[in-house]
Amino acid sequence: MGHHQEHEWETVIGLEIHTQLATQSKIFSGAATAYGAEPNTQACAVDLGLPGVLPVLNGQAVSMAVKFGLAIEAEIAPHSVFARKNYFYPDLPKGYQISQFELPIVGKGHLDIDVDGTTKRIGITRAHLEEDAGKSLHESFHGMSGIDLNRAGTPLLEIVSEPEMRSAKEAVAYMRKIHELVRYLGICDGNMQEGSFRCDANVSVRPKGQEEFGTRAEIKNINSFKFVEKAINHEVERQIELIENGGKVVQETRLYDANKDETRSMRSKEEANDYRYFPDPDLLPVHISEEFKEQIKGQLPELPDAKKLRFKGQYQLDDENAVILTASRQLADYFEALVKESTCEAKLCANWITGDLVAVLNKADLDITQSPVNYQRLAGLLLRISDDTISGKIAKQVFEAMWNSTATADDIIAEKGLKQITDTGAIEAIIDKIIADNPDQVEQYLSGKDKVFGFFVGQVMKDMQGKANPAEVNKMLKIKLK
Amino acid sequence: MHTKSIKELAEGLRSGEFSSVELTQSFLTRIKQHQSLNCFISVTEDLALHAAKQADGRIAKGDTSLLTGIPIAQKDIFCTQGVKTTCGSKMLDNFVAPYNATVVEKLNAAGAVMLGKLNMDEFAMGSSNETSYYGAVRNPWQTDSVPGGSSGGSAAAVAARLAVCATGTDTGGSIRQPAAHCGITGLKPTYGRVSRYGMIAYASSLDQGGPMARSAADCAVLLQTMAGFDGKDSTSVDLPVPDYQAGLNANLNGLKIGLPKEFFGDGLNSNVAAVIELAIKEYQKLGATVKEVSMPNLKLAIPAYYVIAPAECSANLSRFDGVRFGYRCANPQDLTDLYTRSRGEGFGKEVKRRILMGTYALSAGYYDAYYIKAQKIRRLISEDFKKSLADVDVIMGPVTPSTAFGIGEKIGNPIEMYLSDIYTIAINLAGLPAMSIPAGFAEGKPVGLQVIGNYFAEDKLLNIAHQYQQATDWHQQIPKGFE
Repeated sequence: MGHHQEHEWETVIGLEIHTQLATQSKIFSGAATAYGAEPNTQACAVDLGLPGVLPVLNGQAVSMAVKFGLAIEAEIAPHSVFARKNYFYPDLPKGYQISQFELPIVGKGHLDIDVDGTTKRIGITRAHLEEDAGKSLHESFHGMSGIDLNRAGTPLLEIVSEPEMRSAKEAVAYMRKIHELVRYLGICDGNMQEGSFRCDANVSVRPKGQEEFGTRAEIKNINSFKFVEKAINHEVERQIELIENGGKVVQETRLYDANKDETRSMRSKEEANDYRYFPDPDLLPVHISEEFKEQIKGQLPELPDAKKLRFKGQYQLDDENAVILTASRQLADYFEALVKESTCEAKLCANWITGDLVAVLNKADLDITQSPVNYQRLAGLLLRISDDTISGKIAKQVFEAMWNSTATADDIIAEKGLKQITDTGAIEAIIDKIIADNPDQVEQYLSGKDKVFGFFVGQVMKDMQGKANPAEVNKMLKIKLK
Repeated sequence: MHTKSIKELAEGLRSGEFSSVELTQSFLTRIKQHQSLNCFISVTEDLALHAAKQADGRIAKGDTSLLTGIPIAQKDIFCTQGVKTTCGSKMLDNFVAPYNATVVEKLNAAGAVMLGKLNMDEFAMGSSNETSYYGAVRNPWQTDSVPGGSSGGSAAAVAARLAVCATGTDTGGSIRQPAAHCGITGLKPTYGRVSRYGMIAYASSLDQGGPMARSAADCAVLLQTMAGFDGKDSTSVDLPVPDYQAGLNANLNGLKIGLPKEFFGDGLNSNVAAVIELAIKEYQKLGATVKEVSMPNLKLAIPAYYVIAPAECSANLSRFDGVRFGYRCANPQDLTDLYTRSRGEGFGKEVKRRILMGTYALSAGYYDAYYIKAQKIRRLISEDFKKSLADVDVIMGPVTPSTAFGIGEKIGNPIEMYLSDIYTIAINLAGLPAMSIPAGFAEGKPVGLQVIGNYFAEDKLLNIAHQYQQATDWHQQIPKGFE
């Protein structure tokens, strides 16, 4: 970051994350929520805001909000209220958005993030339910705008953090953690391209040591982890430069332009709407009983932090593997199924998933549930590594063949003749031949150049197309080269 | 045929004395003859005759309810599929609803024949039917007087026998006040008793649909079909609907009537007061006892209402923006121009006045002083009723402080107009059911007796009204020229 002359600056960040809840139907109507349908085919009379229509709350959205609240150890409001947020915009059919204002469903909670090896607790102020707006389409309408109301009424849970993050890095870690959590809970698909998970960042700076917050700017609608980091860093830079040049930060809403990597002003505080919130008389207050909370608690899956800890203990995994394997519930499930099915060492299973499998999945842009190699087939492969039928190196070949077919590891090993050679006689003959063919290297080795040993191993393996048992080769070479 | 009760008409249809098509035709003819009353915004003649033919088929098969084949009319606030639904506004002059309100759906399913859509104050905002884009409705009892509002078209049409009965809606008195001014019987049910789905919202926490008919017995038939829980309306109440016919004939021995002294104070016209006193005497003859009760917060009802109702309407009417349906200004230059001109040209004066009041009351810095305070008053008023209704079975008083006023008389003075709802508004704030029953005449115009009951006591109210109508014939009086 820039040249800071007078002060050391501290950054203060709070995030508002909008998660689209993975309900079957909209929050106040029976219309479907599926993404990508033809414009206005998933908007019923209620979503269109026709005269006379009324909202009816989707119970699934309430359950999901409570689930989230319980997962962050938040207070669940026994009584929460929907309010109307009034403003005019063409993609807002009723001229108001149904949201929660004074009494949100989820109150104060918290989440722990890990940055550079230290754990920090971030406070969550609240999370409230609201409906999404539609979309304005400005292209291909001959100078006019089109409105697609498919998204109107899609349930959102807006998660508001305390201004407790002190760097873009922390903000990204927090956002990732929320992303991981909502997917664990099965309440959001986390798809950022489709806008299912997006965030607004409130950013301010203050001289280090000053207690009072600086004036904040709100950066709207950031939909990737990369952009959050860039947008915040850019904004911090802008604010510091502004102040150091004698200017003042004004409270305003800014938009991040990913193409230009800059934020620009959308509207100032003076232009801000007076939303005239008031309780929506069409909807009754939401009452959450202790009983209902207990019932939802019973449905909570093992949460990421708990799973990580368990994996480290139960499977003796290192931190890195534990983090990768618990990044999603599905990946963790795959791992545990693999350990059980293969009966191999957990470490071997972990390394294969976090190494080979995740790499090819990422390359093919697939997630674990779409993996062409299921855990049963991968278990078959690992079993052959464990019982020395093939070497780790050959296993990579077999894996590649498995990725491109539906054959089992055993079929591929047999078909390609990849079974490891453990016949000492055969190995010995090859070793003798290599030693005889390379007298210079033998001399070097014997004169103390230990590195040359690797050359002999390589030559033997090459000659035997990698099928020789590496341990056996090592052992025998050592004897022969004495 | 047009003077018969629903029950008599249902018998006539079943016995073959006349068909629903004949009955419908005769009402359509009357509507044409009395067009000058301006009761209807739309007359759906073809649809009505088609529905009547179907009703005749059902009657022939014996598949009927009391409403099968009975010609009724809908206040134009209820959405009717394929039929223009205007809410009395230029804003919706071109709006053909793509769906039916729950009330409409239920009445259609019962086989009722819809004759058309009734005139009303624009978006139900008014007490005289003069704010309608489609012009004032005339009171059949005195055609230079208003019929009351906002369900003025409904009340006038029933009084003039242009429909057997009609639907109405009541946010601050909009069923009871026109019923009183037109000499018919109207019932505003408990908030939540009748579904609001498809009923274009004015003030959502106060709006309630209800029956308007010549007698309590007819109201009972209509309410039987209109009432009940609706999954599409979160504020509708999931309680069983009693058999309203069954309770009509219970005697009134020992009925305890409360008379709030605040209902009989200064603003009440003495001729109206005299009629109400006579009606109370009639109840005493029927076995009731009378007790004075007090509603100390009643005077706050109008100011509280004119914060809450406009606040809700300011949001409810935001959807009329010229974007998706309804009126759109010509050649909008940009988005702001589209909004401001569409709304500026599409809404009438009273609607704009209330949107402005409501927007102001909800604005930052004013919300606590107006909206929150009004809600507190609302609770106090509910408490007043609760206390009184703990001591008595029902509360009685006038519906209006005077009889129907002249067309043009109050339209220039909103405050005076608002005061004509002084006895009805508090009941909406409390969410209670109340009726207007024809109780006599003053200055040649009808006077309504108001009966207010406890929550979901519609059966009791209908019983009380029916017993009075067995003993009197005020409800059978027909205005001159409409016999």
